[in-house]
Amino acid sequence: MVHEPSAAATTVNRLSVRNIRKKFGPLEVLRGISLEAHDGDVISILGSSGSGKSTFLRCINLLEIADEGEIWVDGEHINMISKHGRNVPASSKQVDHIRSELGMVFQSFNLWSHMTILQNLIEGPVHVLKRPRAECIEEAEALLVKVGIADKRHAYPAHLSGGQQQRAAIARSLAMKPKVMLFDEPTSALDPELVGEVLRVMRALAEEGMTMLVVTHEMNFARDVSNRVVFMREGLIDCAGSPAEMFSGATSAAFRQFIGNFRG
Amino acid sequence: MDFVFILQTMRTLLAAVPMTLALFFLSIFFGGLLALLVVWMRVARNPILSNFAKGYIFVFRGSPLLIQMFLVFYGLGQFGFIRYSFLWPFLREPFVCAVLSLALCTAGYTAEIFRGGLRAVSVKEIEAARSIGMSGFLLVRRIIGPIAFRHALPAYSTEIVMMVKSTALASLVTVWEVTGVAQRLISQTYRTMEVFLCAAAIYLILNFLILQAMALLEHRLSQHRRAVPRLP
Repeated sequence: MVHEPSAAATTVNRLSVRNIRKKFGPLEVLRGISLEAHDGDVISILGSSGSGKSTFLRCINLLEIADEGEIWVDGEHINMISKHGRNVPASSKQVDHIRSELGMVFQSFNLWSHMTILQNLIEGPVHVLKRPRAECIEEAEALLVKVGIADKRHAYPAHLSGGQQQRAAIARSLAMKPKVMLFDEPTSALDPELVGEVLRVMRALAEEGMTMLVVTHEMNFARDVSNRVVFMREGLIDCAGSPAEMFSGATSAAFRQFIGNFRG
Repeated sequence: MDFVFILQTMRTLLAAVPMTLALFFLSIFFGGLLALLVVWMRVARNPILSNFAKGYIFVFRGSPLLIQMFLVFYGLGQFGFIRYSFLWPFLREPFVCAVLSLALCTAGYTAEIFRGGLRAVSVKEIEAARSIGMSGFLLVRRIIGPIAFRHALPAYSTEIVMMVKSTALASLVTVWEVTGVAQRLISQTYRTMEVFLCAAAIYLILNFLILQAMALLEHRLSQHRRAVPRLP
């Protein structure tokens, strides 16, 4: 797989995934996926629906448990054991720890509806990381300013537009100070006019050097913001490379056809 | 209308209100705790636990509370291991028997109400909590519990009102709460109408106050579902 030369200088990968396989019943959704993310990498994962890209992302933070394969987060290996013939995490404590280091942004925001935006942001830092509340509030308010919804801190999720909710959800993930951010089609549930505000926040994050894996259908984001594009097809990585390589047309026929659908 | 008699009756009945309230609060409290245990068993993956909970709920919802109360009051003493245990000084008290049977019964209903609340919790909100590293009791305490309780609250307030009225059955195992005292007054005066009307009025007032409190709680806990609050 092609790496950016600048990224190769870092010693530890933020994220390494080796040979992930996942079956749902007889359906083989992931058929051996490997991926490495260095510090500051922004990797766009493209693919038509059913190609396994969301499942891949969910396997990384263990919302789905891969049947095979290995994952390292910031050098820490996720220990798996075999139980009744199934691959399961060895320690639920480690699972919680790993998840607290991975920010996840969902397609449908998944904010906690009974909490205000500010409460949503401090929930993890206060109760999972056990940090002092006052400090967390201060940081949360700074994050809300950053994503442009400081005025909504005492509003409830239902009172926000989709774009505002997704920005709040991104801020909630950032409040955990994650080592890697995972975005699962973050703009797919939004009205077209609200997509831009979310992408702007993601672009700013990328420019700050956040390591990001983004499952998306936003071709412009993939081309302009990410430094690597991965195209998945039928549970495998069909082709991958820098945006320049990928969008120059010198890739697989399947990818050319895929992006052709978007231009059409 | 004999106002002097009604006033006197009211005074006598009001003196029994603390007993009615004690039955109510204790049985709601212990019944609520027990319901949490039952619902935890009911949704457990272990089939022994969940089937036991199903059986419990079926028995206590499916049979008359009065019979349950009689069984506890008249029945427990027939078992030697209870009669000669350290619990007997408590269990022979009518008040304890009444609270016990009220709590056991409401736990069955409340467990089902809570289970309905649990089922209404969005999987996505749980997943969001898991994704930041929450699990186990923390996840229940911070996310699942509060959301489920909000969903369960309307049905739960109905159960609470039912319990206020159910305390009247304790009169039949010789607990002198409002209904029991009312019946004693009737046997002394033969003035059924006035006395029972007074008793009914007391239950209405109690339930009115309790429903107001529940409505206030529901209002406070459902801010997130109301229209956008206007900023000052």
